[in-house]
Amino acid sequence: MSSISHDHAHGHGHDDHGHHPTGLMRWITTTNHKDIGTMYLIFAFTMFIVGGLLAWGIRAELMYPGMQLWDPERFNSFTTMHGLIMVFGAIMPAFVGFANWQIPLMIGASDMAFARMNNWSFWLLPVAAILLVTSFFLPGGAPAAGWTLYAPLSVQQGMSMDFTIFAIHIMGASSIMGSINIIVTILNMRAPGMTLMKMPLFVWTWLITAYLLIAVMPVLAGAVTMILTDRHFGTSFFNAAGGGDPVLYQHVFCFFGHPEVYIMILPAFGIISQIIPTFARKPLFGYASMVYATASIAILSFIVWAHHMFVVGMPAAGLLFFMYATMLIAVPTGVKVFNWVATMWRGSMTFETPMLFAVGFIFVFTMGGFTGLICAIMPIDIQIQDTYYVVAHFHYVLVAGSLFALFAGTYYWLPKWTGHMYSETLGKLHFWASIIFFNITFFPMHFLGLAGMPRRIPDYATQFADFNFIASIGAFGFGLSQLIFLIAVVKCAKGGPKATAQVWEGADGLEWTVPSPAPYHTFEEPPHVK
Amino acid sequence: MNEAQVANRKLMRKLFVIAVCMFGFAYALVPFYEVICKLTGSNNLLKADVVQNTQVDKSRTVIIEFDANTHKLAWNFKPTQNSLTVHLGEIVQVTYEVRNTKDVPVSGQAIPSYGPALAGKYFRKLDCFCFTKQTLAANERKQMPVVFVVDPSLPKDVNVITLSYTFFEVAGSQATNQAEPAVKEGELRGGSS
Repeated sequence: MSSISHDHAHGHGHDDHGHHPTGLMRWITTTNHKDIGTMYLIFAFTMFIVGGLLAWGIRAELMYPGMQLWDPERFNSFTTMHGLIMVFGAIMPAFVGFANWQIPLMIGASDMAFARMNNWSFWLLPVAAILLVTSFFLPGGAPAAGWTLYAPLSVQQGMSMDFTIFAIHIMGASSIMGSINIIVTILNMRAPGMTLMKMPLFVWTWLITAYLLIAVMPVLAGAVTMILTDRHFGTSFFNAAGGGDPVLYQHVFCFFGHPEVYIMILPAFGIISQIIPTFARKPLFGYASMVYATASIAILSFIVWAHHMFVVGMPAAGLLFFMYATMLIAVPTGVKVFNWVATMWRGSMTFETPMLFAVGFIFVFTMGGFTGLICAIMPIDIQIQDTYYVVAHFHYVLVAGSLFALFAGTYYWLPKWTGHMYSETLGKLHFWASIIFFNITFFPMHFLGLAGMPRRIPDYATQFADFNFIASIGAFGFGLSQLIFLIAVVKCAKGGPKATAQVWEGADGLEWTVPSPAPYHTFEEPPHVK
Repeated sequence: MNEAQVANRKLMRKLFVIAVCMFGFAYALVPFYEVICKLTGSNNLLKADVVQNTQVDKSRTVIIEFDANTHKLAWNFKPTQNSLTVHLGEIVQVTYEVRNTKDVPVSGQAIPSYGPALAGKYFRKLDCFCFTKQTLAANERKQMPVVFVVDPSLPKDVNVITLSYTFFEVAGSQATNQAEPAVKEGELRGGSS
């Protein structure tokens, strides 16, 4: 009751900063970018655990050949929901959480441009998550068409598909509002003197990512809306029985799907570009080329989508175009990797946990990049498409890429957020456990794929048994390793050695000029950037 | 509202317009896809095939089985013969019979498919009721021809080809214009090449 009256008072006395609701209402009504950032991160970690439990379900079934735990339909719903939850529930919201916390601090703004809309974009997410997760308890079970929701499966499945479609609509609305907020904040609210080419690279990568989100989330919304009308309103976009074409769905989806993978990796590039210079104690090598490389990757991402569908039947000219365009992306990505390495070259490097994760990122992400290049070669892709090689490839870029960058960023900024240093021992333990178990899980999948094991199946021929057993052991270990992360973060939030304002010796940027923990309101008077 | 807020709202509106346009773009991809398929010739399901080689290979025969299905359409649809043994390169005509069991005119479109699917490449249709939309008056009965040639380059291990048609009702078809094909070219792809 008191919290409600507080809220009321807050609504009237908008400038009364010391007076905000407490308890639960503080979090529900908050418009503070730091509160919202924290909620995004907690939400993302929760969904990461849910998605991880599904992954355990998948690996438990695949540990031995034969059918053990789930019937095939249930297994397919696990792979589908694992994908949807990790992409839309864990990785994307986590990056938005970082954007909320860091962008205003890094450009010297007092808050996001539209604070109320920011609150709304966050609170849509739990609604979407509930819709998604409850679909497990509907007749027919959770959607099992794969996270790509390809027609005709998605046109035919039970009512859980409708829940999923609505969840995607809601998450899409949340992403679009979040992106608009980020773009307006970055373009209009920078501190005096903070020119575009002086912005930290994390801000640059998020600016470009936000444009990508605005461009492609509506396309996904359109695609799933077409599925919805095909299912219930008699249209025939993808319904072959009415003259539609399922292949069209793949084109529309992948037009979203490829920029989406850069949405999940570009902010990761930004985080790594902040961390490497700090611990190498050198400015980032080739700042301008990093910005141009990021923009080139984003632009190229719009013309490569059909490399996801080399076998659907396309004219040879189309196949070649998409193959070459895809391989072209290796150039700006290579520029980035070489710039990071050049930044480390002859730096006075130390290897605290954020740096370990950043170096681990470069190492393992580059392997994922190379297998991507192999998948891009159309004649090879015809052999390995829909095999575990593809599964290995995208987990190398999404787990070792996006997720490791998120861990790196968490350890890097955690002292700024909480005011305490995290336990270096726990952090290092988390890193080594994660990278070792990650490779145990996913490296054997390359061999499985090359040997011909198809993805999205609950059972397999016995010659694949050994590598699957190894991968399953790795997956259980990888999952347990994330508990170390949880302990490290909770411990750091509760207490620990006081962090200084600068935290890291080599840290440079506006966020390190405010005290640790960052006060509830920062940069009310914009700083001047020289 | 101060100056900064005005600028922010202006930019927000522009970005929101982009988002709405991209939603429309997803739908614009549908006709765009049809045009691309037409230009690249990815689909010729509704076109007659061209036969260059009319040499009949008397030394080899292949059994053609005929199959007929309807999908949510109140038509009786069947071939007049179940199977036929033909020489490769020989021009053959068969008929299918269809009857509208409803008291209203209905339009349908037949879509061919082949078993084995690979045989579709060698099955050349010179004339087929599947090239256009068929409209049947109330209770009308109709005989419809298919004229085809099996290409003599058919792989040696194919001895039986199943030609299967499925009639789909054309959406909202009750007495629509017969001149225009039921399904626009490019909307369909698959079996035939």
